[in-house]
Order: sequence, then C-alpha cells, then structure tokens
Amino acid sequence: MSSTQVASSVKPTALTFQELLFRLQGFWAERGCVLQQPYDVEVGAGTMAPETFLRVLGPKPYKVGYAQPSRRPADGRYGENPNRLFKHTQFQLILKPPPVNVQELYLQSLEAIGIDLSRHDLKFEEDNWEWPAGGAWGVGWQVMLDGLEITQFTYFQQCGGMDLDPMCAELTYGLERIAAFLQDVDSIYDIVWARDPETGAAVTYGEVRLAEELQFSVYNFELGDVAKLWEHFNLYEAEAKTLLEKANALLVSETATAVEKRRFPLLATYELALKCSHLFNILDARGAISVTERVGVIGRIRALAVGVAKAYALQQAS
Amino acid sequence: MADFLLEIGLEEVPARMIAGAEVELGRRVRELLTRERLLASDARLTTYSTPRRLAVLAEGVLSSQSDTEEQLTGPSWKVAFKDGAPTAAAEAFAKKAGVAVSELEKVTNAKGEYVGATVRRAGRSAAELLTAELPKEVLGIYWAKNMYWRAGKPERFVRPLRWVVALLDASVLPLEIAGISAGNASRGHRVLHGEKPVALSDAKSYCEHLRAARVVVDTSERRHSIRKALDATTRSVPGARWREDAPLVETVVHLTEWPTVILGSFEPEYLALPEEVLVTVMRDHQKYFAVEQEDGKLAPHFLTVLNTEVDDEGCDIVRHGNERVLRARFKDAQFFWDFDQKTPLAERLESLKNVTFQKELGSYHWKTQENLRVARELAAATKAAGLEFDEPALMKAVELAKTDLTTELVKEFTELQGVIGGLYARAQHLGERVSLAIYDQYTPASTEDDAPVSVEGQLLGIADRIQTIAAMFSIGSAPTGSKDPFALRRAANGIVKILAESELPLALGDVVAASGAEGANKEQVTAFLRERLHFYLKDVRCFDYDVVNAVLAAGADDIRDANARAEALSVARKSADFAAISAAFKRIKNILRQAEEKGFALGSPKSVTLAAEAQQLADAAAALAPEVTLLRQAHAYAKALAEIATLRPAVDAFFDKVMVLDPDEAVRGAHLGLIDEVLRSFSGIADFSEIVTA
Repeated sequence: MSSTQVASSVKPTALTFQELLFRLQGFWAERGCVLQQPYDVEVGAGTMAPETFLRVLGPKPYKVGYAQPSRRPADGRYGENPNRLFKHTQFQLILKPPPVNVQELYLQSLEAIGIDLSRHDLKFEEDNWEWPAGGAWGVGWQVMLDGLEITQFTYFQQCGGMDLDPMCAELTYGLERIAAFLQDVDSIYDIVWARDPETGAAVTYGEVRLAEELQFSVYNFELGDVAKLWEHFNLYEAEAKTLLEKANALLVSETATAVEKRRFPLLATYELALKCSHLFNILDARGAISVTERVGVIGRIRALAVGVAKAYALQQAS
Repeated sequence: MADFLLEIGLEEVPARMIAGAEVELGRRVRELLTRERLLASDARLTTYSTPRRLAVLAEGVLSSQSDTEEQLTGPSWKVAFKDGAPTAAAEAFAKKAGVAVSELEKVTNAKGEYVGATVRRAGRSAAELLTAELPKEVLGIYWAKNMYWRAGKPERFVRPLRWVVALLDASVLPLEIAGISAGNASRGHRVLHGEKPVALSDAKSYCEHLRAARVVVDTSERRHSIRKALDATTRSVPGARWREDAPLVETVVHLTEWPTVILGSFEPEYLALPEEVLVTVMRDHQKYFAVEQEDGKLAPHFLTVLNTEVDDEGCDIVRHGNERVLRARFKDAQFFWDFDQKTPLAERLESLKNVTFQKELGSYHWKTQENLRVARELAAATKAAGLEFDEPALMKAVELAKTDLTTELVKEFTELQGVIGGLYARAQHLGERVSLAIYDQYTPASTEDDAPVSVEGQLLGIADRIQTIAAMFSIGSAPTGSKDPFALRRAANGIVKILAESELPLALGDVVAASGAEGANKEQVTAFLRERLHFYLKDVRCFDYDVVNAVLAAGADDIRDANARAEALSVARKSADFAAISAAFKRIKNILRQAEEKGFALGSPKSVTLAAEAQQLADAAAALAPEVTLLRQAHAYAKALAEIATLRPAVDAFFDKVMVLDPDEAVRGAHLGLIDEVLRSFSGIADFSEIVTA
C-alpha cells in the first residue's frame, strides 16, 4: 500500500503521530512539567529511564515528561503483525507528588489530543503494575477508551525496594495505540507519522520504522551471538558491581567530603545495569536463557538496579 | 429525628472490591449508631456505591442520646461528715462522682448510712458523636489492596479519597477524613456532568440530586437497568439473545455510574475460531457480553456496557472503536492459531524444557515425565479393577498435555491452557479421546464444575494433580493457613471431586500410591487428601459435620463409599431409635475408655452367667451382626442402619438394668467384653459415637 493511498483513508482531522507527541508535550509543559528527551540507553519501558526510576526516590518534588522508545525484543514480529512492535513509544509522565486533580488533568490532556469525551466511553479499570527486577510496584488503572487501553496510570508505592514518600503518579500513554485509534487505521504501520503542510504528502510509521522492526527481529531472534551477548552482560555487570561496591563504601564513609560523595558516578553505574537488563531481554528472545538460569539472572539485574537505587537515595541525602 | 448521609468520594475503586466495601460501611455506621444509642427503632439504613463513591443514608437518627442518671454510693456518712462538715473523704467522693459536695445525699441501706450522689449525664448530640467517630470507621474499611497517596503517609486506603459529604438533615458535620473536610458538595458523572460540584440540600434527597448529575447511586437499580438494556439492545438482532453471565454483570455494575449498552458486530469469518477463544477475548479481555443465536451458537455480535450516554453520532464512534479493538484481538488470535499449527504439539515436547514448572523441581518436560509415570500406575490399578478405557490415548494425552504452554495462543490467553491444547490436538487429528482428555485436564476448576466426562480425562486430571501435590509437599511447599500459592487445595479438591463423581474404581490410597510418595511425604499427602475429602462432604455435599466425622472415622479411603454412607446416615439419624443408639454408643465408648484407664480387663460374655438384660443384648447383637455385615458389603447402608436401630430396646434395657462396672471382676469383664463387641460389630458404616444427639 502506498503512502498516498493510506493518507486518503486516514481521518483528515486526526493528529499525525508527531503532532500527537507535540500536543501531549505542550499540554504538560503548560502545567509546569520539565520536558526531557528520550533516554539514550536501551530500556524496556519509560519507567526504567533514570528520570523516573531515580527521580521518584527521595523527598524532592519533580514533574517531568518524555517520549521513550521502549524495546522489548521478544515482542518483535518482523514487522508482520499489525498490532505488535519490538520497539514502541511511550509518553511517560511523572508527577511527584501527585496533584489532587491528577485525573481531571489527565482527562484534559485527552481533550487536548482531540478526543471529545462526550462522544466516547472512558473507564478507569483496576490494573496494578510491578517491575520485580527494579523492586518497584504501584497500584492504579488501565484507562480504557472505547474498549482500548490507552494509558497506564500508576501511583508508585515502592521503587528500588524502598518505600516512597512522597508518592508519585506515573502516566504512560501508548502513543502508537492512541495514534492508530485517532487516525482509525488497522495497522500501526499505516499511522501517518508526519504530513507535509504544503503538499499534504504523508510519511507513514511503516516508512519510518518498518525496516527497524524487521532487522531487529532478525537480530534478536536469529543472529544475536549468544556467547558474545553473555560476555557483554558479564562485562557490564562486573563493572557495575565494582562501582557499586565503591559507592557503598564512599557514601557511608565519615571521612569522605560532600563533594566526593556528590561526584560519584551512580548515574553511569545505572546505565551499566540498564545494559544488563537489555542484554537479558535479547538473550531471552534468542531462547538462550534456560529454566535454571532465568531466576538467577533476573536476581543479578535486580541486585544492580536496587543497589543503585539505594546508593542514589544515600547520595541524595548526603 | 434526623436523616444522616455520609458519602465518601474516591478515585475509581477496583470493581471487584466495591460490593464488599459498601456492605461494610453500612454495617459500621449501623453499629456506631446502635452503640451510641442514636438509632430510632424504626430507622432505615440504605447503602449506595459507584466506582467513585460509597454512601450510606440513615433515616431515623436521634438528634442526641437520651440523658442518663446513675446512683453512686460512697463512704459511710460518719466518715464523710464530721460534725456536719465534709471531710477529705467526702470531697474525694464528690470529685470522683463529678458533683459538688453540697449535692451529696444521705443513703440509708441495710448496712447503715452512706454518702450517695446522683450523677446525671447529658446525652451527647448525634452531630458531636458522628463527627468524632466516623473518620475512624471509614478508614477502618478492609481493602484487599491498599495504597498511600499523601506525603508523610498518614493513611492507607484503596484509592485516594477526594471528597466527603456528611449531612445531618441539611447541616454539614464538621468532620475530616484523610485531610478532606466534609461539606455538602458531591460530584457528578465525570463527563456527563463535569467538574462542577453537586450541592446537596439535605441528606434525604441524595439519590435525586445525584441522578440529576447523571449518577445512579443505587447498585441494584444499575444492575436492573443494565439487564434491561442488554435485553432491549439484543432485540435488534432477530432471534438472538445475550449469553447470561452474572459475574460479568456484577463487574460492569461496578464499573459504571450511568450505564448504557451498545451492540457491536464483527466479521462472521472470525466465527471459525474456537468459541472458547472468542468468548475469552470478549468476556475476560474486553468485558463484552457474547450474543448467541437460537441454536446457542455464537452470533457475530457483542454487547458493551458504557459508562456514559452518547448521541447517535457518539454511538457510531464508540461502536466503531470497540469493533476495531475486538477485530484486532481476533485477528491476533487468528494469527496465533495459524502460526501455532506450523509446529504440531508432538514437536513441542522438547521445548517444554524451557518452561519452568517449579524452580526447585524442574521444567514442564520433567513434569510431563513424572505425570507419565503416575498415569501408568493409575492405569494399571484401573485396569486391574476391571474398568475398560483407551490406555494408549491416555498416555498420549498425558505426554502432550502441557505442550500448549509453548504456543502463542496460550501465551496470549493463559486462562485457556489445556483447552487450547485439546483444540489443537483435535485440529491435528490426534483422536477424539486424546483431544478430550487434554481439553478437560483442568476440570473441575471449582467445586461447581463437573468432572471430566471421559475415563482418560479423569485419569489425566488425577495424575497431573497428585503429582503436583506430592512433589510440592516433598519440597516443603504445603499450604499453610490462608496461604496456598500453588493452589494445592484446589488440586486436591479436584481429585476428590473426580473420584466422587466418576465411575473410577480407585480409592484415595491408590492415588497416593501411584504418586510414588513414600514415608513422611506419603503420610502428609494422605492426610491432606483426607482433609479435602472432609471439606468435600461437609461443604460441597453439605452433610452435617458430625455425620462427616462419624463416616470418615469408619473409613476414608473409598470416596464414593464414604459419600453413600454419609447419605444413609443423614437419613437414619433422624429417627428416635437411631438417636438413642448413637447416645448409647457414645456411652459405650466412654465406659470402655474409663475401664482402660482403670486397668479393667475385657472378658468373654460367655464366661459367666449374665443378667437377663445383658444376655438379651448379647443375643440380639449376635443375631444381627452377620446380617449387618452382609448389608454393609452390599453397600445397602440405609437398610443396615435401620437394622442397627432395632437394637435399641435391648440396648436401653441393658443400660437401664445392668451395672456395667460390676464389682465382681468376672462379671465386669464379661460386660465390658459384650459392649466392646457391640461397638466393633456395628461401627463399620460410621462411628455412631460421633453423632451429636440432643
């Protein structure tokens, strides 16, 4: 199907994929949020980016929003399934502490992206969230619009194995789903990503991303070198562990100065942990994680992620 | 007399928790009002709930407690007053009683003259008491899962509390719950009414005000209107009806404040997918009601309950949106189905090595090998008892039973595990007996379900469950208290139910033996299954607890036999003769226990000349015993019990006239021997001493 044919079948008034993101960013920027760029290390979800995982720790209020390409190697389908992606895009929002009208604000954000709520059915249905490897969980809802889950809404309760105070609200908008819904297309690949305002020519999601979906599926399922992936994993893990040991000694030391503590690279340590998490996901998609290994490897990642979170909390307090 | 309204406004409460919380709030408010003597005798309490609120309206609340008066008696008059002047003792008593010394009175009673005081307590007002007591009642409500939302974590609740309405008639009670001051402003439907507050003029008009704000607060009214709307909407499809689903109705009742219903459709070609998959997608994933034709087959339609009301254009939009989602899900299911067929079940055995059954035990590949071992034992025992079945089909089914775990469709619809395997086996022409056994492996899933229909399915179900139970017990993962993370009780209930409701010639002991459990493990597993049998007879078959105890004391291995004995005993116990026999057996047991404690030996009834009544009992028992034994062997329990009841005159006369523990050792021994024999001869069906008699 050529892009012009697709464009003609798309609702002309619907937002393009990029306009959808602009609108959400604009809406939340107007409500005082910091807009961040996507984190530039592979993550499985916006939650894993440090702007969420580490910022929710400690007492400091923070409001931030960012689009986060989220990689889940096992979900890849070679670009053949119209509803599934190896890499999808979340618009992730953290409101710490949650404002009392957080749900009303959320509904306004839907109006801002062109959803006339008087002509739709909206429900907040119980859906609790957890990321065991990050020692993180919360309670909340999946927000259903005409039977489609468009947002995960979570009140974080714990992160890095630590109780949070204050809490924060996490809103995760599934951008591909929302765009396909708004544009009323049956395949994610038919979503109009951008439209030239002068010519009206559309560029589709497929044109932008299909090759990536296909090639990464081939890599993740077929060609990823299992031995090398394990080597990478072990290298990243070893370095992260060494750094964590140093951090833990330094942060409790009575002789170390505040400056020494502040400059310790926990953020870099966390990136190493994220690398391990991503490598695990590829190995998993490759079918290279055996039954007996699986729980153990998740435990190793958890030790790193939770270890960094605990050290980070100490660093913030010092 | 006043009307009292409490409404707590919440962010959307999980549907599954609302009904229980509504009842609990009503109970707590009723108990509070009762405890504080604030409830008029003709008072009426009504509770309401929606996803965003819990409310209780109490009509007939007294404006205050009645005053009370109490007489207190203090020290003797002489101690309290010296020369007419109050002493320290008088002052202390007056202080304790909360009255002035001048108000103390002289009380004369039998013992002399004392100081007295009349304490009058003014009743407190309803407003004051409710204001003080309600917050802790509300925050005490039980929730299956709680959260914190405020800084400093001052309270836990199901979801953030956003508003409180507390009205006594028209006046606001100045209470505060979770940092929210009560007012008279409720909130309406999020979209149909919007954010503007709904001011309530008084407690009584709660429902009307909320209805005007597009919220139906009465759950039974919502339930009724949803059912009516489902009926009415389905009528647009000739001959169709919506598939009854009471749990789903309850869910949507608790997901809506202003429910309406829309009919949607899907392409008829998806009806080629198995109905189980279609219904699971619609019901479990989308909360849609399935629609069926007159012949009971699915029609290409669904019903969705909205939490809003939309105009005609809105209807089209919402219908279109829901159809889009359903189509995508069906398309996925179709994709998975087709994809899965590329790798037949038989080729999936090896990949079960990558699916964990239990990390300390092994993979599902290991589990399958174990199940095969257990199934072979069960098959042998079944054949030995003469029941015919297709053994190769059973072994094939056991071997393939878990292979659907590796299919995409099961990864997507985990709740259809087993069912999908059965459907795939059929599609792959593995034979109807194999397919059906795999399909039914998890039935019965609950005590309401039926056992699998085929012998192969029954044996597979038992083999899988007993292997799991014995293996989990062997690594110390038996259920404790309310904790049963591996659902072993449900597994054992399944075994008991299959044995009880099938024709399998297997007893619990055969099943445990087949599992290979040994030593302490075997004892634990046996005790666990017995406990589940007890549960089955008492809570599923609803026999009286004493009947269950009596029956199981006489044998707990053959489940259908235990059930039949319990049935007979439940009927027999109603006769007066039988009740007397039960009482007598209890007495016999007590006497024998006492005799044992005192070291009295049992003798033969034939060794001495017995008193007439004792001899009559011996004769009656001797005459009856062979017949009862025959009847028991023939499972003619009702008849056997009726026969035993005929012993009553002899038993009564014996206990009436004979001193059992006779001072003469030989006579005593003969008596003890006699009653011991009576007890043993007639306790084969049930231990009657367990029967509770009035």
